[in-house]
Amino acid sequence: MTDDDLVFKALADPTRRFLLDLLFQRDGRTLTELESELEMTRFGVMKHLRVLEDAGLVVARRSGREKLHFLNPIPIQLLHDRWIGKYRERYASALIDLKSELEDMA
Amino acid sequence: MTTTATAIGTTQVYRVYIKTTPQAIWDAITKPEWTERYGYCGRVDYDLRRGGAYTGYSSEGMRAAGAPDIAVDGEVLKVDPPHKLVQTFRMVMDPTMAAQGFTRLTYEIEERKNGVTRLTLTHELEGAPVLAVLMSGGMEDQGAGGGWSWVLSGLKTLLETGQSLDASGHQ
Repeated sequence: MTDDDLVFKALADPTRRFLLDLLFQRDGRTLTELESELEMTRFGVMKHLRVLEDAGLVVARRSGREKLHFLNPIPIQLLHDRWIGKYRERYASALIDLKSELEDMA
Repeated sequence: MTTTATAIGTTQVYRVYIKTTPQAIWDAITKPEWTERYGYCGRVDYDLRRGGAYTGYSSEGMRAAGAPDIAVDGEVLKVDPPHKLVQTFRMVMDPTMAAQGFTRLTYEIEERKNGVTRLTLTHELEGAPVLAVLMSGGMEDQGAGGGWSWVLSGLKTLLETGQSLDASGHQ
């Protein structure tokens, strides 16, 4: 699987998107903290975190005794650069062309 | 972006995989001829030893918009080329951010398999909530750039393709 595939696969699950939103609200949380927000076993949460880590969307760092989970936005930025910015620009420039055409007609 | 100061923790971690060598990443972070080609495009001046000074200059475009010559200052705390750089970092171009004082940046560069190098940036932003919003990309709509994820994806693009993100048609 390519890096993009791993990111899309990781994002294609509501629990994993919820975990990312939790980290967006407050970054650097432990497994125990994340688990307390979900109706799911610890093992289940670990499995989801593993998928997010494999995709690079979550980075786990040790801090003393604790393992903290951080949201890494770069894979989403790269997806944006590759898949979203490009298409958005095309529509935006089409609208700009339309605007200047209408103005020329007036 | 709907980011607010309260939505952000005090430490931010960014990680990117780049098809290049650790030395190339080290150079791209510490040498002005590289830093002017991605992200905020300002030149840097590093005295690469413990206690050495770090200065980040405003780019030409930023100066044309009224920014002071020096955008960021700091001190080098640890140097282990091309693997680890720890420094302080204070945004001085804005009085509010300048008053919030020094933060701490750690660059970790690790060689992985197949010619890929992993760059991890940890920014400890305790006491600097405005800078935290800026570096998380929360001021992009105000023309303040997209923060670290924008800077580091630009660095990746530059090292892998030799082109700036801007030159490829989008920023």
